[in-house]
Amino acid sequence: MTEHLLSLALTGSGGAGVMTVGQILLDAAAHAGWYGLMRRSLGPQIRGGESAALMRFGSRPILSHGDTFDVLFAFDWGNITRFAAELPLRSDSVVLYDPDAGEVPEVIARSNARCVAVPLTATVKSEPGLRANMIGLGLAAHILRLTPADLQPLLADFLGDKGEEALALSLRGIELGAGLADALPASTWPVCPRPAKSEKPRWSITGNEAAGLGAVKGGVRFVAAYPITPSTEILEWLAPNLARLGGQLVQAEDELASINMLVGASYGGVPSLTATSGPGLSLMIEGLGMSVGAEIPVTVIDVQRGGPSTGIPTKSEQSDFNIAVYGLHGDAPHIVVAATSIPDCMPTVQWAVSAAEAAQCPAIVLSDQNMGQSRAIIDPPAEGGPVAARRLAAPEDGTPYLRYALTNDGVSPMAVPGIAGGEYTADGLAHNERGTPSTQAADHQSQLDKRQRKLETLDCANFWAELEGDGPIAVIALGSLTEPAREAVRAANGAARLIGLRVVLPLQAEAMAKALAGATKVLVVEQNHSAQFHHFLRGHYDLPPVVDSLHRAGPLPLRPLEILAAINALKGDA
Amino acid sequence: MNEVTPTPELEAFDYKSDVNPVWCPGCGDYAVLSAITKALAELRLARENVAVISGIGCSSRIPAYTSVYGFHGIHGRALPIAQGLKLARPDVTVLCAGGDGDGFSIGGNHFMHACRRNIDLTYIVMDNTVYGMTKGQASPTTEADWRESKLTPEGPGVPPFQPLDIALAAGASHVVRAFSGRVQMLTKYIVEAIQHPGFSFIQVISPCVTYRPEMRALKTRVHDGFAETSTNRLEARRRLLDDDGYSLGVLFKSVEPSYKPCATSDEAVADLERQFVL
Repeated sequence: MTEHLLSLALTGSGGAGVMTVGQILLDAAAHAGWYGLMRRSLGPQIRGGESAALMRFGSRPILSHGDTFDVLFAFDWGNITRFAAELPLRSDSVVLYDPDAGEVPEVIARSNARCVAVPLTATVKSEPGLRANMIGLGLAAHILRLTPADLQPLLADFLGDKGEEALALSLRGIELGAGLADALPASTWPVCPRPAKSEKPRWSITGNEAAGLGAVKGGVRFVAAYPITPSTEILEWLAPNLARLGGQLVQAEDELASINMLVGASYGGVPSLTATSGPGLSLMIEGLGMSVGAEIPVTVIDVQRGGPSTGIPTKSEQSDFNIAVYGLHGDAPHIVVAATSIPDCMPTVQWAVSAAEAAQCPAIVLSDQNMGQSRAIIDPPAEGGPVAARRLAAPEDGTPYLRYALTNDGVSPMAVPGIAGGEYTADGLAHNERGTPSTQAADHQSQLDKRQRKLETLDCANFWAELEGDGPIAVIALGSLTEPAREAVRAANGAARLIGLRVVLPLQAEAMAKALAGATKVLVVEQNHSAQFHHFLRGHYDLPPVVDSLHRAGPLPLRPLEILAAINALKGDA
Repeated sequence: MNEVTPTPELEAFDYKSDVNPVWCPGCGDYAVLSAITKALAELRLARENVAVISGIGCSSRIPAYTSVYGFHGIHGRALPIAQGLKLARPDVTVLCAGGDGDGFSIGGNHFMHACRRNIDLTYIVMDNTVYGMTKGQASPTTEADWRESKLTPEGPGVPPFQPLDIALAAGASHVVRAFSGRVQMLTKYIVEAIQHPGFSFIQVISPCVTYRPEMRALKTRVHDGFAETSTNRLEARRRLLDDDGYSLGVLFKSVEPSYKPCATSDEAVADLERQFVL
């Protein structure tokens, strides 16, 4: 069966409504049988400012953006220079633009793409009450061979209670837009036949929503929240949905409070989680260290953005890798996992929560803006766990309860308030088996050993990585770059294999050795300036002698062709 | 406070652990520990249903000296831990304890917001006007001209924090000042605070005889200035205008709404998935 893929960028300045157009288009395409993906690229303005809906559609599941856009539809040219770098075009790409918004700017024209004028503004003025975005929607739908009839059922939902008149005007706009498309020669459009309709139900979900769903699937029933871009949607999704499950979400006064509220709730026996981004994670680090020392499970999702400091809050980067792995003071073994795609946010968070519960330690889940705020049309994701439930204590009469007992696997059954005979004081101070503060070397050593042992014995099974192919060049990719790397590996025709590392900590020495067997070279792919993941891998794993690093700071995503070029360059090296 | 379930008769002694305090001889915190255990015995609370949460500092060592559930957390964060626990486990009686540095300096922000939320717990601050564990630096309640610390040889130079006024302004619904030298009175206040359905704040003047030896003389300075309890927040705040800092008593008490997360139901996770299905 022939695969069809189509990439489309919709751009416009604030108020042009391109996000709405993208959203309706994605839904309509999904109903027509397309898989799809929509990434939002926004400026820093609270309202208005430049915005782009970066979309890709496929007759097969797609979880990564391609190398270039087949079609750029510019509703206007406002601030296009800020976006141009994110909109790579080919000479056979099509640029649709409104002649009343001005000539095609040089940053776009230099791609030599075919520029086609569509009279948006003139059409808006042709009848009273029309809006450019609905005309644009009718026109853009045509690219996917969707008709006004495909869009109509979705409009009512989007317009909400705006009334009959608004609905009628929107429909009229869509029809006029479809008419503009019809008026252009058929050769304007990329070949893009409608796929067969799916028999199985598909989902429309963002990475952040999937992360929230993974949290409740993992058993989370307490969330303390402090809003921060680009993670807030996780918390906003959890607020009403946790309540539906009998759980609760409290808005904290800051991230210091939120992490410590989690520790308190989890100490009480309720699985607890929060979501944040780099600056918030920095504030939570001391609390996470306490959760290691006092052995209280908590899960923190970090939806990464550009850093350091306030950085680029609205755009993606993977530069919190080091703080997640190395940020805690003291020797503080903990769990770090990286979700590999939008749907993977669900099982990865689910797994992280249950792993934290099983190992009685904190888990940090790395996501990033690129997948957190992107929406995909997917097949329902597979479950991610559970590893095991928290082991609770059943103290016996006459035997003193040892909260931090030295067990074979390092996990000490935990008492929670309400369990008689289990009364103990949890402590961030170094302590003995009973929990009584101790400054003795032997106690410190044995408790450090035991906390390390918990992670060494944690069963990560097949969950530790996404694997595909068996070529001699191993591409080890991080987070949302796993899917572009997969495309590159597939395009390398057997020259490469993919290792999308999900479980960063604890280290997976055996599994990694097996996955690397027969590989002669490694390419590490990540989105940050200092190749943090690369250094981590070199420091902790036995890698083949030739290791190359493909890394770049955000927000420009690494694309499949760049990864393929790096694979080919390695291939060329003798 | 929660429903009392019948438990075997326990004495105050039964609420103490066998761990020896790190406190100096003469420290006021011994009396606070004693008052807490007496209050728990008087209320006949089962040990497994009580939790004492603290941060870091001399007084924050107190949980391990009790035989109930405890948490000795990190500096300044006792209140968030206590609130998280109480929200997740409303069936547990939660006491939060610590010092003036822990509660009013590094934890000052949490103090205000805990007052605002008015969650049903009891916060006992052992105020000794000094950082004892780090060997004698000025705390937020230290006088501006106290010159005994090497860190601030000319004195901290900042007017002292006003715990009661700030608690009232931020919305605490039960506000008390006590003195560690009057254990019976303190015990009574702790019992009332635990019984109060909301956030109870007790500032306990608790002398540090090592770094503030002059505090030994406080037993003659404290007085029953707050013998009468206001139920009007504004009036309580007015009474603080001529307070010398040594008035003891329940200054303010009022039953007010407590923060509660949104109403809950009991759907299944599968019900949540439907929202994503096209």
